[in-house]
Amino acid sequence: MKAADAIIRCLEEEGVETVFGYPGVAICPFYNSILDSTIKTVLIRTEQNAAHAASGLARVTGRPGVCAVTSGPGATNVITGIATAFADSIPLICITGQVDSTLLGSDVFQEADITGAVESFVKYSYLVRNPEDIPRIFKEAFYIANTGRKGPVLIDIPFDVQNANISRFKYPEEVSLRTYKPTVKGHVVQIKKAVKALEHAKRPVICAGGGVQLSEANAEFRSFVEKHNIPVVSTMMGIGVMPTEHPLYFGMVGNNGKAYANRAMNESDVMIMFGARVADRAISQPDFMLGGKVLIHVDVDPAEIGKIASSTIPIVGDIKHIIGDFEKQEFSVDSELWINTLNRYKETMKPVRRPNPDYVDPAVFIDKLSRKMDADGIYVADVGQNQIWSCAYHVVRNGQFFTSGGMGTMGYSIPAAMGAKIADRNRQVIAVCGDGSFQMSMMELATIKQENAAVKIIVMRNNYLGMVREYQHNAYKDNYSVVDIAGYPDLCKLSAAYDIPYLRLDNMSNADEIIDIFLKEDNTMLLELMIDPYDLVK
Amino acid sequence: MQKKVFQILVDNTSGVLSRISGLFSRRGYNIDSITAGVTADSRFTRITIVTHGDDEILDQIEKQVAKLVDVRDIKELKRDDSIYRELALVKVRTGEDRRQGVMEAVDIYRAKIVDSDRECLTVEITGTQSKIEAFLSLISNYEILELARTGIAGLGRGSENVVYL
Repeated sequence: MKAADAIIRCLEEEGVETVFGYPGVAICPFYNSILDSTIKTVLIRTEQNAAHAASGLARVTGRPGVCAVTSGPGATNVITGIATAFADSIPLICITGQVDSTLLGSDVFQEADITGAVESFVKYSYLVRNPEDIPRIFKEAFYIANTGRKGPVLIDIPFDVQNANISRFKYPEEVSLRTYKPTVKGHVVQIKKAVKALEHAKRPVICAGGGVQLSEANAEFRSFVEKHNIPVVSTMMGIGVMPTEHPLYFGMVGNNGKAYANRAMNESDVMIMFGARVADRAISQPDFMLGGKVLIHVDVDPAEIGKIASSTIPIVGDIKHIIGDFEKQEFSVDSELWINTLNRYKETMKPVRRPNPDYVDPAVFIDKLSRKMDADGIYVADVGQNQIWSCAYHVVRNGQFFTSGGMGTMGYSIPAAMGAKIADRNRQVIAVCGDGSFQMSMMELATIKQENAAVKIIVMRNNYLGMVREYQHNAYKDNYSVVDIAGYPDLCKLSAAYDIPYLRLDNMSNADEIIDIFLKEDNTMLLELMIDPYDLVK
Repeated sequence: MQKKVFQILVDNTSGVLSRISGLFSRRGYNIDSITAGVTADSRFTRITIVTHGDDEILDQIEKQVAKLVDVRDIKELKRDDSIYRELALVKVRTGEDRRQGVMEAVDIYRAKIVDSDRECLTVEITGTQSKIEAFLSLISNYEILELARTGIAGLGRGSENVVYL
């Protein structure tokens, strides 16, 4: 059997349905073999977006997304996508072609040491030298990517290795990794301690992070907090763990979060971090925020516990398992008064905006959009002001919210939304980006068209790199540097060039009508919003 | 700031040493010395790393290293119940008339002369880092032409807590 065929067999064994990528000679044996498979291929327009699309797919399916690119520039282009997935713990398998193994290290055409280059952004990487290792390596790679703290795994396969023959193909039933054994179950003693702390708590708060979603434990989490009446705040990656309007949910924390969410966290006496890593954007002053309270930190990655904040009760394990362990304990939490207080904060600490009536108010627009979109729809926010507005005003009901949280990679939303739509064509998927981030991935309009992936795209146009402009407004007293994006394309013509229907909203007067048209059909559509160039996220 | 010696047992995969050293450099941890070699079972490599930092850093080093897929085990080799050894090769300029002093120092420290010519002696010395430092200080009035040190290799004492081979 040809090694390239074996690779495809491995993907089939893992249930892979779609591969995002871009061919080149060094990955051609792979792309030749995939023709005999039912696995779908998607020709992305630049390699970075292959990883983003695979990330979108992974976040819908809960299985690793797969991308396959060629050696050299193909491989180096994908690095930003890999780093983005790594920062948000998204499981990916990234297959890269490589020059002949006999030529490795001799700087031949399109050679790049990709395993070396991605070392700090992958959970693990392989350079396949022996074609007989292919089944074992793929089995391990999928296992490593999707267990413990999830993340990208890269498999670099030289051209001659893909073309080699292997004596027999047997896909391993089990992995036998001597060195990799992630902790799944929580320590019972620690859980009992945590329960005791909750029983004595007067002002308990749970901060939900992306770990809850990665563990696919949203339902369990919701029923846990409802049963015990514990108020919840979330990180950016934790948006969607709770429905936004759930009576126990008090918003996103952090610099760009809700003031009342931060206050809830501040004033709590017992706080549980569930799958959140005390990131700087969520908790900018950990000593101040977390001092003097019982901090229970639950995470599947032991290195995150104590990295930034020392916790009183550390619990290492998978969130779903640990919620199950909590559920085995009988206890009650007295939080009635505390919740009343938090509701009062929520009422009185609402952000006040003074929108310019000549433009679209992103806050009201996003609120309207999220109420009109399908309840289980997927909202993918890009990076920039659009992201912060989305976090603040998108009302999650039963859907999902994706964004590049850790790395803050502009251009994430369109390819990720496309990956999400391809993963589940029955769900509505909306990408929301700014005019800066749109131009970072607008080449994917062609892929969306080619794949007939009905992604709804919203571009918030303010003719500035808004987030940086806002920073320069505050930090440099409006002394703007390199944030004016003149030369912005006419999106009406651009949409026409791609044969994509186009809508434009100038102000809020006909917002409802435009949103209704935008969402009416399950098709690709581009909606441009005219945003006040001087609007701020806070 | 304190110094710690870690013993790390890893799968002997290609690039494993660069994965470990890369982790140290990208997270800004210090490496005072690093030694590596295969164990009695050739599937594994034992690495001894000497590092320093405050308690939080040292705790993170242990956790981050443990997290690497290739790492089977990491433990601290505590001074009191471990053996540390380092080997150094020292090439000293003696000329033909000043050999005696170096040979005396070699004798006192149970070192060995492993090479010589008319200009110099090359000394092999094994021991704890402080012994090697003391030897070097004793011969400091000689010109050291070249010095090669291996860094610490270490093992815990006794047969308890043996992780593997």
